[in-house]
Amino acid sequence: MKFIQTLLANQVLVSILLSALPLVFIVLMVLVVLYTEMKVAAHIQDRVAYMRTGWHGVLQPIADMLKLLQKEDIIPTKADNVLFRVAPFIAFTGTYVAYAVLPFSSIYIGSNINLGAFFLVAAGSLVVIGILMAGWASNNKWSLFGGIRSAAQMISYEIPTALGVVIVVMITGSLNLQDVTKFQDGGIGNWIVFGGPLPWTQKFMLMPFTLVTFIIMFVASIAEVNRTPFDLPEAESELVQGFNTEYSGMRFAMFYLSEYANLFTVSAVVVSLFLGGWSSPFATFMSGPIWGVFWFVGKAYIFMLIQIWLRWTLPRLRVDQLMFVSWKVLTPWLFVCLFAVGLILVI
Amino acid sequence: MSALGTYFYNIFHSLYTVIVGMKITIRHLFTRSATVQYPTVKMKIPERARNRLFVNIDDCIGCDQCSIACPVDCITIETIKSTPDMDLGMTSKNTKKRLYVPRFDIDIAKCCYCGLCVWPCPTECIVMTDVYEFAEFDRQNLIYSFSNMTVEEIAAAKERLEKYNGEQAVKKAAAAKESPASISIVPVTPPPINPEPPAVPDSSKV
Repeated sequence: MKFIQTLLANQVLVSILLSALPLVFIVLMVLVVLYTEMKVAAHIQDRVAYMRTGWHGVLQPIADMLKLLQKEDIIPTKADNVLFRVAPFIAFTGTYVAYAVLPFSSIYIGSNINLGAFFLVAAGSLVVIGILMAGWASNNKWSLFGGIRSAAQMISYEIPTALGVVIVVMITGSLNLQDVTKFQDGGIGNWIVFGGPLPWTQKFMLMPFTLVTFIIMFVASIAEVNRTPFDLPEAESELVQGFNTEYSGMRFAMFYLSEYANLFTVSAVVVSLFLGGWSSPFATFMSGPIWGVFWFVGKAYIFMLIQIWLRWTLPRLRVDQLMFVSWKVLTPWLFVCLFAVGLILVI
Repeated sequence: MSALGTYFYNIFHSLYTVIVGMKITIRHLFTRSATVQYPTVKMKIPERARNRLFVNIDDCIGCDQCSIACPVDCITIETIKSTPDMDLGMTSKNTKKRLYVPRFDIDIAKCCYCGLCVWPCPTECIVMTDVYEFAEFDRQNLIYSFSNMTVEEIAAAKERLEKYNGEQAVKKAAAAKESPASISIVPVTPPPINPEPPAVPDSSKV
């Protein structure tokens, strides 16, 4: 960053450049994830997915993107014009803003603020506003139902997520994700899933609770980004798609992009909170700023793969089951973990 | 089981079943996919599959049996009798050909691939092949003409037949003069049709 600053000698230019960096990353990452998702989906069903566009269809996501950008942008006459136009961008802003506090590497973090994890949880709520706005502005009762459904789901699952963050913050003593990652640096054993770099007694006592927290956090993060088995907000086969029924073209692409960007965000959050973020699993071997990006993105990618794998394994939950899981299973279990971790740390 | 027991059982059971499901899907992820890359790779079709019709017109004797058998009337055959002085050759099954076939059209768009036309053919000249890729942009292109006679040949055959028929008529007339006691066929007049239409029930009275 210092290097770029001296190169351009202009604070504004540098900040614009640095803030545009995650956008480039998002677009590239979405292309890769779209391709992976289609291929994994196909192969799980013993098919082969697209094979014609380029080698094994590698150019297909680009073609899909271009198609979406070229499509006509239809706005229903009875829709709330301003809100309808603005909603997808608010949803995307909510996801994009979260990239500011993700520690991609030991030297790169968009904004090194002390409230990183807190900011993430708050920015996640902005997506809910975008989705609710889209549902309302469509002036279509099914879209509105879809919007309300997603809002209910995302707000419910924000609580387990926030509690999971709190547990990690209790162990690390910092809300800054860069500090959280640095805390776990130095090999696989120091990761918070395995109790963190604490004295042996404490570590072994913490381990079951952090493991449970990790699993719950993972489940909650899947629900946060509306993916199967929690994809009620956009159950395209049964529930009239949801909040984005009336959207087409560029604005629909914006929701799509936001969804996949969010997929990476939650994976990255889980990775940096529990799995050591950019730190190498082999302590000093293969560690460094550039390797850091590799480890961070690689770990997040594995998580995305698991989410895709889950998507083609599990059926969708009912709304009441969804609420049951959030309020009666994940939240109480996290409270137990919170209490136990606090107790262990105090002793 | 108590309520609390059910609660814990459900949690662990759901976790367990998720793992079972994931085990199944990961196994399918690495099995060979069943897809055949169609235009480049083609599946072997069964030996006796019924697809596009083919007519070996050299063997056709113009008996019209296939056309009669066809349930959708997609075969149109026109024939011209040959004169005794012409030799049309033999079919591969040693049947003498007696008819010219100036038109043998199959509208493959109508064809229902039942194969009923194949069985009656006495010379086995109409067969179902294994060709199944014959889509066309124009429906007219799906009418296949199998006849190999040119317009001139058809005209010549017709002319020859007319000439022959004329000669025969002249011969017949000459023969009739010689023996006038020929049987004359009296046409039977059909019974008169009832001019009154059948009584239609008056709907206004009902």
